[in-house]
Amino acid sequence: MTLADQSTEVLAVPASRGACPFDPPPAYDQAREHNPVSRVQLFDGSSVWMLTRHQDIRTALQDHRLSADGTKPGFPFLSPGRRQLGTQSASFIRMDDPEHARLRRMLTSDFIIKRVESLRPQVTAIASDLLDTMTRGKNHADLVTEFAFPLPSLVICLLLGVPYEDHAYFQKQSHILLSAASSAEQVRVARDDLNDYIKNLAESKRDRDDEDIISRLIHRDELTPDEIATMGTLLLVAGHETTANMTSLSILTLLRNPDQLKRLREDPGLIRGAVEEMLRYLSIIHQGLARTAVEDLEIGGQRIRAGEGVLLMINAANRDHEAFPDADAVDVGRDARRHLAFGFGVHQCLGQPLARAELQIALDVLINGLPNLRLATPFEEIPFRDDMLVYGVHSLPIAW
Amino acid sequence: MVSPAEDVKLRVVADRSKCMGAGMCALNAPEVFDQDEQEGLVVVLEPEPSAEHRYAVRDAVNLCPASALRFEKDEA
Repeated sequence: MTLADQSTEVLAVPASRGACPFDPPPAYDQAREHNPVSRVQLFDGSSVWMLTRHQDIRTALQDHRLSADGTKPGFPFLSPGRRQLGTQSASFIRMDDPEHARLRRMLTSDFIIKRVESLRPQVTAIASDLLDTMTRGKNHADLVTEFAFPLPSLVICLLLGVPYEDHAYFQKQSHILLSAASSAEQVRVARDDLNDYIKNLAESKRDRDDEDIISRLIHRDELTPDEIATMGTLLLVAGHETTANMTSLSILTLLRNPDQLKRLREDPGLIRGAVEEMLRYLSIIHQGLARTAVEDLEIGGQRIRAGEGVLLMINAANRDHEAFPDADAVDVGRDARRHLAFGFGVHQCLGQPLARAELQIALDVLINGLPNLRLATPFEEIPFRDDMLVYGVHSLPIAW
Repeated sequence: MVSPAEDVKLRVVADRSKCMGAGMCALNAPEVFDQDEQEGLVVVLEPEPSAEHRYAVRDAVNLCPASALRFEKDEA
C-alpha cells in the first residue's frame, strides 16, 4: 500500500491487532498521532467518528450532546448482536439523564468505598479458598476457569443474592451476550432467558427479608419486574466478566514483565497503584465506548453533526503519550489514576470500587501465594478474546 | 485549574445533584470526602481542607467523572 492509499482508505473497525496482543491495533495509535478524530467504517458499511486522544475522549464523555441511548439515530454498533444488546430492554448504561441518573442512583449506595472496604475480608477469604482448591494435589491449572472467573462470580452472586450453583448457566448466557460472533437472534434469546431467570429469582425474594441487592430492589416498589431483571442482568454480567478478564490479563502481563512482578512482590505497597496501571495498560473494552451526537458539537477541532455516531477508543487513549509518559511501557510505580478504563462522565463504572478491591486481592493472593508462578504453555499459544466485547484470554495455563 | 498553593484560602464545593457515586473523591481524598450510606453520594467532611490535603483534593476534583466538585477561592 502506498502512502496516498493510506490517506484515502477508510479504516474498518475493529481494526486488526499488531504483533503484541496487549497493545491497541497499530491503526488506532497512528490515528491518535496523525488524525485523532477520524472517519472509520463499521461492519454494516456505515461510517462513524473515532476518537483516540485521552483529552478528547475525556471531554466527549462529559458532553451531554453525545448520547448513550442506543435507540437514537446514528448510534454505532460493531455487530448485529451488539445492536440487539444495546436496544433490547436497555439498562441505564444505554440511557441518558435524567432517567439514567434515577435508575443508577438506586444502586450507588451498594458500591460506596466504605461498604466495599468492609467486604475485603470476605473477598480475601474467597480468594484464598480458591487458591487452596486450585493448588491442592497438583502443580498446574487453568487460571481462567479455576480462579479468575470464580472469584468475581462468587462475590457478585453474594451481593446480588444469585445462587452461585447457577454459574455455569449464567456464564454461558453472558458469553453469548458478549460474543461478536453471536447473531441478533442468539443475543435476543439469551437476553430474554437471563432476564426471566432474574425475574423469577426476584419474585422468589418478595416475601423474604434477605439483604442482597435484588431483594432490596424488589422491596423498593419503584421498579417493574422487567426493570429489576434488566438491572440484575447488567450487574451480574458486568460484575464478573470484567474483573475475571482483568485478573487473567494482569497475571499474564506481570509474567511477561518479570522485573515489574519482582517489584510488586518486594513492595506490597505498590499493589494499589499496580492495579491502576494494569487497568490503564490493558483497558479491556477494546472495541471502544459508543455514543451518538444529538446536537452538533466540536471535538478536537472537528465538527460532529447531530445524528453522527462516535466511537471512543479508550485503549488508544490510555496509551496516549501526552497523558502518560512512555505509555506503552508497564510501570507498576507510575501514577496511572487518570486512565479511562472505567470510562468517564456520568456513566463511569459504578462497580469500580469493587473491581479495584477484587483485583488488588486477586493479584496479592496469586503472586504471593505462588512464588514460582509461571506460564504452562508457550505465550504464542494463548487464546486471546479478540472475538469478545470484553478483551482477555479464553484460558491461561499456569504452573507453580 | 486552581493551584493548591498553601497561602490561598480555598473552599471545596460538591454538587450532589451531579454526583454519580463513582467514589473517586472518597478514594483519593478520604480525609475530605465521604459518601452517605443511604444514597451513596458525595459528602464534604472538610470544606476548607488543610494544606496537607490540598493535593489530594486537587486530584479528587480532577478525577471526578461527573464534574461534581470544584474549588472556590474565599473572597475574605
